[in-house]
Amino acid sequence: MESFKNADAGVIVDQLIHTIQEQRDYLSEIDGKIGDGDHGINMNKGFTMCEEKLKGKTYDLSEGLSILGETLLDDIGGSMGPLYGMLFDEMSMACEDAEDVDADVFGEMITGAVEGIQEISPAQVGDKSLLDTLVPAKEAFVAAKEEGKDFAQCLDAMNEAAEKGWQSTKDLVAKIGRASRLGERSRGVLDAGATSCYFIITTIGNGAKGLL
Amino acid sequence: MNRIVNDPNFVVEDMLKGFVKNHKDLVEKTENDRVLKYKKAPMEGKVGIVTGGGSGHKPAFIGYIGENLCDAVAVGEIFSSPTAKAFLDAIKAADSGKGVACLYGNYAGDNMNVKMAMRKAKKLGIEVKTVVANDDCASAPKNELDKRRGVAGEVLMWKVGGAKAAMGASLDEVIAAAQKAIDHTRSVGIGTAPCTIPAVGHPNFQIEDGTMEVGIGHHGEPGINVQPLKTAKEIADEMLDLILPDLPFESGDEVVVLLSGLGATPVMEQYIVYDRVEEVMEEKGIKVYRSYVGNYFTSLEMMGVTLTVMKLDDELKECIDMPVNSAGLKQF
Repeated sequence: MESFKNADAGVIVDQLIHTIQEQRDYLSEIDGKIGDGDHGINMNKGFTMCEEKLKGKTYDLSEGLSILGETLLDDIGGSMGPLYGMLFDEMSMACEDAEDVDADVFGEMITGAVEGIQEISPAQVGDKSLLDTLVPAKEAFVAAKEEGKDFAQCLDAMNEAAEKGWQSTKDLVAKIGRASRLGERSRGVLDAGATSCYFIITTIGNGAKGLL
Repeated sequence: MNRIVNDPNFVVEDMLKGFVKNHKDLVEKTENDRVLKYKKAPMEGKVGIVTGGGSGHKPAFIGYIGENLCDAVAVGEIFSSPTAKAFLDAIKAADSGKGVACLYGNYAGDNMNVKMAMRKAKKLGIEVKTVVANDDCASAPKNELDKRRGVAGEVLMWKVGGAKAAMGASLDEVIAAAQKAIDHTRSVGIGTAPCTIPAVGHPNFQIEDGTMEVGIGHHGEPGINVQPLKTAKEIADEMLDLILPDLPFESGDEVVVLLSGLGATPVMEQYIVYDRVEEVMEEKGIKVYRSYVGNYFTSLEMMGVTLTVMKLDDELKECIDMPVNSAGLKQF
């Protein structure tokens, strides 16, 4: 099957929440090397607040992503709140009218996420940020789709590129965010935002594949 | 560290409670516990003035809520941007239907949260326009003005924007005046000892004993250079050498000078620096029309000072002369 039902896919949001909860300490540990060390705590706080809001409700993918985005925007300040708030909000809007999510709709979701973030942040690929994971992931998905690959293969390509992009941040010098003040000293450590973005993208990718 | 707190994780909450109690004649809480507003806001027929930013800069930002100044302020964690929701709620608290001017500093988190808040405000039919302060001339070269950070010059931007709004100006007029204020303003900071976020427990940057960092940012962002600590006189000269040619300020200009401590430098020392600042201005034929010396925009317990100079024209002068009543600035 080349699509899944929006109505069945609220479970992807549950998977996102569980992933971030599981990775809380790892994310903080990575952040502590060149940042404040609170990335995991903040992300966990936001995603867990969303879990509370969703409890006992039925929601499709679009509704779940919308509540997740809104929670991050409302309750998590700093830079991560608006960045991930925007990412989930844009993903939600791109599929809100779709009964079935196919590769075309998914392509719009991930493209919207990239465009939304670029609307509010001046970061570029190579600056050592979550865009180093997100942008190659989007490009790989879109390229695979244009090559005529099926939805599952497109998702595989996306996950693979997300991991590669995430790992690429290790050798980068931070040009944006708190770590940028460290200059060369920021080299050799993975970026915390790129790390959480890797977990988010691959959780969505694997979740979607599981529904096909 | 010897800090006087109850719980280092709740310093912002605890501070807000004390602030509201002490300034109940001027400010009040809103439904959002991270938004404070002027008691009389929103004021019928007046453009709303909103700002916001991370905590730790007292009296900024909430200290500038008051008469002829800011109507509502979004409050963030220590050195961390308020949420988009807090900015949105501050915008709502300040809006009387005449639009809202959001006047804040150029930091990545604040920029993103304000943009998100504006998207939502637009859906609610509230017109919001912004001025993003970038007065710190040590934070990027002159050809990259959009990369410069906002520092103590924000106080003068709020003063001008707040006065213009109080005169009954339209949103566009308020924005134009606040933009002109910040475009005519240059600042630079010198740090002599670092600061510690209570919940972190140790400084996340260092300034060695006997040295000073020229051009340091309000959160310890690296400056232009580190030098052996100099005299107050030489520090004043050093800061003016960076500020005056940057605009440039020239003979015949009239200016406002704001000299702020960064938190732990005694006000006495700030006056010692100010003495030389005005002396140099006189030598250069620049007239100091009005000056402010004191802890106007701090950085926890960082030691050091920031110097801010704004070049005046008739419109800015009229705005600067307007009386204000707030916790951080009173002028009658």
